[in-house]
Amino acid sequence: MNKKRKFDYTGVLSSVFAILIGLIVGFIILLICNPKQSAPGFFTILTGAFTHGAKGVGQVFYYSTPIILTGLSVGFAFKTGLFNIGASGQFIVGGFGAVYVGIMCENLGSIHWLAALLAGVLFGAIWGLVPGLLKAFFNVNEVIASIMMNYIGMYGVNWFVKSYKPMFNNIRNESKPVLQTANIPKMGLDKLFPDSSINGGFIIAVLVVILIYLVLDKTAFGYELKAVGYNRDASRYAGINEKKGIVFSMMIAGAISGLAGACLYLAGTGKHIEIVDTLADEGFTGISVALLGLCHPIGILFAGIFIAYLTAGGFYLQLFEFSTEIIDIIVAIIIYFSAFALMVKMLIAKVEKNKGDKKSGLKEPGDAAASKAVSDKKGGIKA
Amino acid sequence: MSVVYFIFQQTMFFAIPLLIVALGGMFSERSGVVNIALEGIMTMGAFTSILFLNLTGKNMSGQGQLLIAIVIAMATGVVFSLFHAYAAINMKADQTISGTALNMFAPAFAIFVARIIQGVQQVQFSNTFRIESVPVLGSIPVVGDLFFKNTYITTYIGIGILILSAVVLYKTKFGLRLRACGEHPQAADAAGVNVYRMQYAGVMISGALGGLGGLVFVVPTSTNFNATVSGYGFLALAVLIFGQWKPGRILGASLFFGLTKAVAAAYSGIPFLNNMGIPSYLYKMIPYIATLIVLIFTSKNSQAPRASGVPYDKGAR
Repeated sequence: MNKKRKFDYTGVLSSVFAILIGLIVGFIILLICNPKQSAPGFFTILTGAFTHGAKGVGQVFYYSTPIILTGLSVGFAFKTGLFNIGASGQFIVGGFGAVYVGIMCENLGSIHWLAALLAGVLFGAIWGLVPGLLKAFFNVNEVIASIMMNYIGMYGVNWFVKSYKPMFNNIRNESKPVLQTANIPKMGLDKLFPDSSINGGFIIAVLVVILIYLVLDKTAFGYELKAVGYNRDASRYAGINEKKGIVFSMMIAGAISGLAGACLYLAGTGKHIEIVDTLADEGFTGISVALLGLCHPIGILFAGIFIAYLTAGGFYLQLFEFSTEIIDIIVAIIIYFSAFALMVKMLIAKVEKNKGDKKSGLKEPGDAAASKAVSDKKGGIKA
Repeated sequence: MSVVYFIFQQTMFFAIPLLIVALGGMFSERSGVVNIALEGIMTMGAFTSILFLNLTGKNMSGQGQLLIAIVIAMATGVVFSLFHAYAAINMKADQTISGTALNMFAPAFAIFVARIIQGVQQVQFSNTFRIESVPVLGSIPVVGDLFFKNTYITTYIGIGILILSAVVLYKTKFGLRLRACGEHPQAADAAGVNVYRMQYAGVMISGALGGLGGLVFVVPTSTNFNATVSGYGFLALAVLIFGQWKPGRILGASLFFGLTKAVAAAYSGIPFLNNMGIPSYLYKMIPYIATLIVLIFTSKNSQAPRASGVPYDKGAR
């Protein structure tokens, strides 16, 4: 217990360290580009999200909803030893499923939105299932299979939406809006954050985060999935069906990404599936969110909100004639330095060891943390 | 027959950048470092070199300009890849994380800098590099039409890199040591190889080829650079795995992918395919579906470098 706490604390500390460096470098870049505007510009990044008070906060939660979910999808797969780079495809295919039900199924009444949401989950799950099956039974590398599925999904959705009259708005080259009944209800959040685009999707995202946390940490099923992630051969030796594990984790990861797509396109904020030949950004942002959140569900929740917060602040940067890409640069630097977590952990462990040495000779809380950090690393993410 | 030539030339435009970048990835992975940052490296290489083409467009043109751009693209790639190398080798960072960071950084940086320099994010350039027909060689029947007409100097550079890569990897001391580091770095170390230096070399080669690949991808297919290489870095990664980390098979994989891509891009110009009435989206999906299917049959005994992706720790047992 004690050991576990120590690990959490160093993990969070290394993330904070990464965030600080990212922000400092961001400030330096602003300083180089335009010294006069740099201070107010930087201040805007940090506080811009609050410009419109409660509405602004509501917007941050609204932006964070899909990326928390795609982040959770990627992070969950990481925990089970798989790199789900296919969140993008699962996202758009899930969004398509939701929009299809949202437009086509008229007589569902008050459960319409729920049906649409579940359709999104189902479509996403199928899209995640394919690389899972290929990995488990044909040893196809899940990274490349997911990349292929991204493109197949994107072109497939564009093809279907474009050629299917009831769904296609050919004036704006995008999908038609879903029926009113298919929009996710506000669930009271509109009272808390008036005028903002926030809706029940955020609550759903938080619930899913908690659910995944419980599954991973408190159930035998989650334990098995993680065991397969740490060592496939050892788990098989221990009697775990590792093929089942791989298939299930990709399917669940796909389902979560599909839900992310459903949450975005059922938000009732005028978001439609646009017919463009580019992969959905949300899937790749999800990778950043997952990494910044140390692949822990709760960490991912905060990481998603944090990135949405910076992005919201970034919108106002244009007032100072900076392009919003500076936010992406800052986030990239944060991610880069969060990769140094192992070094930061070892550094902290060293400091603590020195403390321990002084107090009680050779007692080893630091050593334990360091060796845990190292062993953590070995079992960690592999592409 | 002219259709065959046309398809072949188109295939080259798609296949050569994939080939170059995948070969770059091969050097990195064979040294034990997974380089998922290829997409970002391509973007950076394309950005600086196209910016160069843009800025010197008034005074220079033709093959000389392109050759300088090639050097710039490679240099940019090397510098950018050093960030990945430092994180992966010195800091023993998770290679997926630092790669993802670089992938995210590159397009943002390209847009940011382009906006500062010229106000808009698209970097225009005028394409003066197409070779209508190579003198003498272009007039050889069949072979001349296939290889020496409507082409770019980059095609030959790509093929040169392929041959060079195969020789370096299999016939030199350097190649042997590089492969040893990717399979069992501890053993390589015990045999007196400086693992860190070999891995740096691997990543830097991948940086040079990745940056070059970015330029090679943009030049034949567009007249401006919009801070993206359309996922080609990831596709190159797929080609690398598809090609089983071996130069010859990487060539096969990139030609296969390039051919399906070329058909998708150019089918409307081919009467026989256009008359079949297949929707364009199906053509666009075929390269990816076909790759998946081929992978099912070829992945059973995958031969990834054994130590690829594992940070090398001298003290580890």
